[in-house]
Amino acid sequence: MPELTFREALRQALREEMLRDERVFLMGEDIGAYGGSYAVTRGLLEEFGEKRVKDTPIAEAAIVGLATGAAIGGLKPVAELMTINFSLLAADQIINHLAKLYYMFGGQFTAPAVIRTAAGWGQLGATHSQFLEVIYSHVPGLKVVMPSTPYDAKGLLKAAIRDPDPVLFIEHTLLYGIRGEVPDEEYLVPIGLADVKRPGRDVTIVAYARMVHVAMGAARQLEAEGVDCEIVDLRTLRPLDIETVIESVKKTNHVVIVEEDWKSFGVGAEVAARIAEQAFDYLDAPVVRVGMLEVPMPYNRTLERHVVPDEADVVAAVRSVVGSRV
Amino acid sequence: MIEQTVLSKELLLGFYRQMVLIRRFEDKAAEMYTLGKIGGFLHLYNGEEAVAVGAISVLRPEDHIFTHYRDHGHALARGMDPRRVMAELFGKATGVSRGRGGSMHLADPSLRFWGGYAIVGGHIPLACGMALAVQYRGADEVVLCIFGDGATNIGEFHEGLNLAALWKLPVIFLCENNFYGMGTHVRRAASTPEIYRRAEVYGIRSEQVDGMDVLAVRDAMTRAMNHVRGGNGPYFIEALTYRFRGHSMADPELYRSREEVEEWRRQRDPIVRFSAYLTQNGYASADELAAIEQEVEAEVEEAVRFAEESPEPPLESVTEYVYVNPGPARRVAHA
Repeated sequence: MPELTFREALRQALREEMLRDERVFLMGEDIGAYGGSYAVTRGLLEEFGEKRVKDTPIAEAAIVGLATGAAIGGLKPVAELMTINFSLLAADQIINHLAKLYYMFGGQFTAPAVIRTAAGWGQLGATHSQFLEVIYSHVPGLKVVMPSTPYDAKGLLKAAIRDPDPVLFIEHTLLYGIRGEVPDEEYLVPIGLADVKRPGRDVTIVAYARMVHVAMGAARQLEAEGVDCEIVDLRTLRPLDIETVIESVKKTNHVVIVEEDWKSFGVGAEVAARIAEQAFDYLDAPVVRVGMLEVPMPYNRTLERHVVPDEADVVAAVRSVVGSRV
Repeated sequence: MIEQTVLSKELLLGFYRQMVLIRRFEDKAAEMYTLGKIGGFLHLYNGEEAVAVGAISVLRPEDHIFTHYRDHGHALARGMDPRRVMAELFGKATGVSRGRGGSMHLADPSLRFWGGYAIVGGHIPLACGMALAVQYRGADEVVLCIFGDGATNIGEFHEGLNLAALWKLPVIFLCENNFYGMGTHVRRAASTPEIYRRAEVYGIRSEQVDGMDVLAVRDAMTRAMNHVRGGNGPYFIEALTYRFRGHSMADPELYRSREEVEEWRRQRDPIVRFSAYLTQNGYASADELAAIEQEVEAEVEEAVRFAEESPEPPLESVTEYVYVNPGPARRVAHA
């Protein structure tokens, strides 16, 4: 099977869907002539032309709003917001409009736009290092996807473009360069389906996006200590596939949740609550969350590394949980 | 090129009928609100009827409308069934938006009426997006985007106008300048209170029109249609108008004088003016107009009866229409 980078897998997904369906088009800041700020869309303007690949001004509300209007009008827009930090300038369009139209007008029409955006960090300072997926995952009417591998990224993006509902597709900037197997033949990864990335007996590690890789590293370390970790990659945050998590918890009876975000009111809080509601009797130890320190992201490299959870944090959390194994 | 339509008696009386329908509908809605039949916010269109009727009369069935939350007049002028509009105000299952939207969120895709929107200025990019879809498909369709003076100070207005002009989108921006963004006069809110001039800086052809004169609005809108359909990009109309009632039913109207309101009502009422035009030019007798008013009265009564007798949406339907495909896909995948 060929190996592609995460970035190349996304580009393939866009290209294949544009070839498959005339209604699919791209719009966003610097996606065309510049080649995409993270180079995901590089080459697509040359291949498809300005009608299908539209550079926009720096106007996030208009980008999402026009995508929404075009989707009402029967097109399949894939709008790109350069980073999720800038999505806050389009929050009115995403939350008050895109997410609401189908319900608010009594199911008469939909706006199945895809909003792609990037989230990550790397000495970018407080306003350029946020994740914010929680804000959008809170909102009924939106679907929120956050893949961890090139395979999932491609399959989920293709599924998002074909989905009848609006989808926020979040790409971790530190994953763009990773490689992974991506088959030549067409496939989709269904939205709303978690994936067991590593089967194990002793503890369930729930993670998504880059934290899946951090959890994998931790699992390799822990294996040497005789602790067998099962890693559940959520892949989609809304709708949340809690069944896969619950099944895993029933098997391992121990849970660590890892999120590259502030823990307060977060994905970990939501997953922990659902485990408490649905599998409390299966737990042999309290659920433990690993997340970022609750500060705006500092610029300093050492401080930044200290804020973001790493393998050592996950290892320590797993040890604290399985230490109480009966 | 749309020729200036010969103003037949039938057409003119149709405009009169629509304006009276809107006025009576709004008065009846106010009454129903005070009786507790209608909840939430109720923003009435009294005084502004000539704008909706004049502008929408120029649209063809294939054209599109996006509008703001003071939307009853636009809906009725587009031909939305008054019974189903009233039922929506009552929150009934038979309402145009199945009781999910209320007064501010009327929509009917069969009329290409894509909604009233309640976030000021929020629908302006949506209208531009629909125009982008029209352009993309190469269709001969026009999008009418209606908003108030208050919307012209918000970022989405400027982002939308810039892109519409840059991409030459087939959209007509129609600003209903009733001089007050809720209770703040346009002179206290806008650095450029002549709003049509704001469009000029984006290179959009614009004009100001007397929004209390249905035929003047129609003429402006005809110019706009010809411009947009000629592939020249957007057009901007500022219609000067006045709201006879408060911003909403909850408005004590402390920000404007009774004399000001009375002056507009007495001297500029678009229905009174148009009725005088029709009788003075021999298009209709006072009796003919009275007959229309009676007919409309009955239609509005029927709308209330329909709304009253319609069922509430069933409780178990409350979770419908959140997602077309709610998932989780897991069950499908395992099926």
